[in-house]
Amino acid sequence: MEYIGIIIVAIFVNNIVYSQFLGICPFLGVSKKVDTAIGMSAAVTFVLTIATLVTFILYKGVLEPFNLQYLQTISYILVIASLVQMVEIVLKKISPSLYQALGVFLPLITTNCAILGVSLLVIQKDFNLLESVVYAVATSIGFGLALIIFSGVREQLSLTRVPKAMQGMPIALISAGIIAMAFMGFSGIDQLFK
Amino acid sequence: MNKQLKILINGIIKENPIFVLLLGMCPTLATTSSAINGMSMGLATMFVLISSNTVISLLKNVIPDLVRIPSFIVVIATFVTIIEMLMNAYVPALAESLGIFIPLIVVNCIVLGRAESFASKNGVLSSIFDGVGIGLGFTLALTLLGASRELLGTGKIFSQTIYPEQYGSLLFVLAPGAFIVLGFLIAIFNKLQHKKA
Repeated sequence: MEYIGIIIVAIFVNNIVYSQFLGICPFLGVSKKVDTAIGMSAAVTFVLTIATLVTFILYKGVLEPFNLQYLQTISYILVIASLVQMVEIVLKKISPSLYQALGVFLPLITTNCAILGVSLLVIQKDFNLLESVVYAVATSIGFGLALIIFSGVREQLSLTRVPKAMQGMPIALISAGIIAMAFMGFSGIDQLFK
Repeated sequence: MNKQLKILINGIIKENPIFVLLLGMCPTLATTSSAINGMSMGLATMFVLISSNTVISLLKNVIPDLVRIPSFIVVIATFVTIIEMLMNAYVPALAESLGIFIPLIVVNCIVLGRAESFASKNGVLSSIFDGVGIGLGFTLALTLLGASRELLGTGKIFSQTIYPEQYGSLLFVLAPGAFIVLGFLIAIFNKLQHKKA
């Protein structure tokens, strides 16, 4: 029950894009087409889960016992950057087809603040290992959902006539705001799982 | 000196990180629920930007080209840790409200972007001015966005009441308001730029 609560809250109530504002760069950058949006969300799910697992073990196993918490930011970003590189190399060897599908999105993920953000959040929220992984997976599902909905809206928007100054980013942001309003409707359903 | 001034103005208007380059959107949207929060986030980022630009332009001949990006990230992360500790020590309430977005300055594309595209190619003085210019542009944009949201949402700017709170719409302080207000601000900026051109 507790885990269902974490999942529902991470996907709908505290959606990573629409209410926590993490991962906005890829959200705005690769949401012009539904296909690329799906590729990006798959890559994020993959990396986010592994990164959360690794950084969690790093924090509990190394940083905390040796009182090095102040190195959290530096060590996390280095771990994430090298992890992305490693995933890319391993994927290329093991599963070329998956690499083909995710390849272009992987390097972009290093600067995706969702990865670092979630790794820091699970420590802040005092989750245990299993909760952290569940939270990471649910968050990336929430990211995928947000990205795919938004890219669908943007595909429609490109066919619409928009005032000149509003074209491109402004109208996209305003649509995102309206979707965020819709997501606000979910707030409170987490009470059901307490 | 004229050249430095040009770099400064360039950062504020022509290459404004938010309204023109559209970089660093996460902290922009997340920390601008009030003018003071937006401004402090801008100033924190500006500190990191100026320091990392300075150090990177000093080290640009020492760092091998192949490990350029990781070295930049380490320099940036160091300064982010410094500002995080300073803020926790001196302004704990502010650090609390900005929360996770202070460590996230590390992955702010603006900082790494300037390191890569400007500081690694230019002298120290120019790099400092670039840091100040881009930092000011970012801070101004964040303050403007924060002030608009605070005014529309609660009728206040920097906690000074402009009109009674019950006429405000709370929506603008909440998440959707961030997207909508930023969208309109960029549209206004576009409109003004087109008129000039």
